[in-house]
Amino acid sequence: MRRLGNLLPGKLAKLAAAAVLAFVLMAAAAPLLAPHDPAATDLFRRLQPPGWMAEGDWAYPLGCDALGRDILSRIIYGARVSIFIGVVVVLIATAIGIAAGLAAGYLRGWVDRVVSGLIDILLGFPYLIFAVGLMAMMGPGVLNMVMALAYKEWVVPARVVRGETLAARETEYVEAARAMGASSTYIMAREVLPNILSPVIVVASVRIAQVIILEASLSFLGLGVQPPTASWGSMVADGRGYILDAWWVSTFPGLAILLLVLSINVASQAVRDAMDPRFHD
Amino acid sequence: MTALLEVTDLVKHYPIDQGLFPRLLGRPAGGVQALNGVSLSIRAGETLGLIGESGCGKSTLGRAILRLHEPTSGRIRFGGTDIVGLDAPGLKAMRRRMQIVFQNPYASLNPRKSVGEILAQPLRLHGLAKGGELRARVGAMLESVGLRAEHAARYPHQFSGGQRQRIAIARALILNPEFVVCDEPVSALDVSIQAQIIDLLDRLKRELGLTYLFISHDIAVIGHVSDRVAVMYLGQIVESGPARAVLRTPHHPYTRALMSAVPRVDRGDDRAERVRLTGDLPSPLNPPPGCRFHTRCAFATEICRTTPPALLPLDDSRMVACHHFPVRPA
Repeated sequence: MRRLGNLLPGKLAKLAAAAVLAFVLMAAAAPLLAPHDPAATDLFRRLQPPGWMAEGDWAYPLGCDALGRDILSRIIYGARVSIFIGVVVVLIATAIGIAAGLAAGYLRGWVDRVVSGLIDILLGFPYLIFAVGLMAMMGPGVLNMVMALAYKEWVVPARVVRGETLAARETEYVEAARAMGASSTYIMAREVLPNILSPVIVVASVRIAQVIILEASLSFLGLGVQPPTASWGSMVADGRGYILDAWWVSTFPGLAILLLVLSINVASQAVRDAMDPRFHD
Repeated sequence: MTALLEVTDLVKHYPIDQGLFPRLLGRPAGGVQALNGVSLSIRAGETLGLIGESGCGKSTLGRAILRLHEPTSGRIRFGGTDIVGLDAPGLKAMRRRMQIVFQNPYASLNPRKSVGEILAQPLRLHGLAKGGELRARVGAMLESVGLRAEHAARYPHQFSGGQRQRIAIARALILNPEFVVCDEPVSALDVSIQAQIIDLLDRLKRELGLTYLFISHDIAVIGHVSDRVAVMYLGQIVESGPARAVLRTPHHPYTRALMSAVPRVDRGDDRAERVRLTGDLPSPLNPPPGCRFHTRCAFATEICRTTPPALLPLDDSRMVACHHFPVRPA
């Protein structure tokens, strides 16, 4: 209970956490919340302005895009793509990263040389260019995007886990477990892992925001989610040509990205403060 | 009595990663010479006290005997079995018979596990008990180290240093080992608690018929617990023998220096006899040639600088490695 109470110290962090929760609920309940079919086109409403503007219609509060689709509905559905990809990529990456980092840090030797070498190679590529290259090879689509991002994303948790494991393997409780006759697998899973989980969770929460930005970037470049599925990145791209006379097409999905990423970052800062033992007795 | 543990010529060198350039230039890889040909034996039921400065290899010796650190060379025979050659299953079976108590009870207990889990783990790993029997054995073990059975539900951070060391002792003894390495088990504790833990180790030894290798830099503690002592300097044993004899009449200049560093109230007339140690412990990366102690020895002569002295028996119980002491009849 102590930890739960400390999890959200500031009001800002509470607000951010509430915003993240709101985005998640919005994504989950998209069919109930969206006023219109996100894919339904209506050429009579082409580039219709938001509700509060002169030619606006409150039935389409954030206006319509170049094909007359309701921007609010598309943002609501787009949250599904962003959150799904952010969470799934980070989950896969964390699972791989924990396994690779534990093995490299605890077993050392050739396992460490292979894993560390892979990490160094992958770190040598700019993330986005790497993902663009993979997407170009595999073709667009949600599943391919998850794979393309997880392919490099695992490096982040792996480095954290490896470093923490290197420190943990020298502790006396690990030595005591070896003296007990415990196997390496047992020690990695039962002695080391529970003690290094806090930084891994903190890193994962920050990385979700990063992956959401990457997803939006790939979709913006047309390599991500394919039409008619709504994605914030591709919505920004759709409005690019009309930015001067129909600013709302790009602006609202852009704001959605900003708000979600900012909320996740602020909330994960609070997670870090709560998990950092220096803030405890 | 026969020897339970017999260590012969144990060597442990830690290689040093040199980096690319020295390797390319073909410089020979150096290493930390933590143990250099250590031989000792411990009889069943006795306590061998191992004394020495920090960094002299005491803890490495304890860990090498348990194969927590792989020895570079040498033999370790325990109850007639050579431990160095054991494969994984053989080693696991051997681990039931030899255990270790660490120096720092704040580092040796996994903070994420309850005391019950910490104590149950060895029994589970060896498939010795489960369910109600497991809980009963954990409770009984806690009581025999002076804690209560209901402490099993608590976590290490809820205990004091002395209590944690009791838990660490309970963990070491729950497998019913014959031999326990006590690696500075009281050095991290308050002086008032040290006596309690020493008494506990003493009582358990008598009740369970244990054999101890007791590592410490505290001569008072060693003198209290040991039947025999061995004095270590830079990875070698320089003197060994019955505790009383070695501590009363030390022969090796290093042992004498250690003894004269012990503050005593009853002394006062032998100030002139004090043997002082000067300088620091030389680096085990590049130990001095000849007798390793010659750089700090007040009695060193030419032979000490060139020829390492052998650890030779003095009588049927004592051994000393020195060219000059005790003065032997020609």
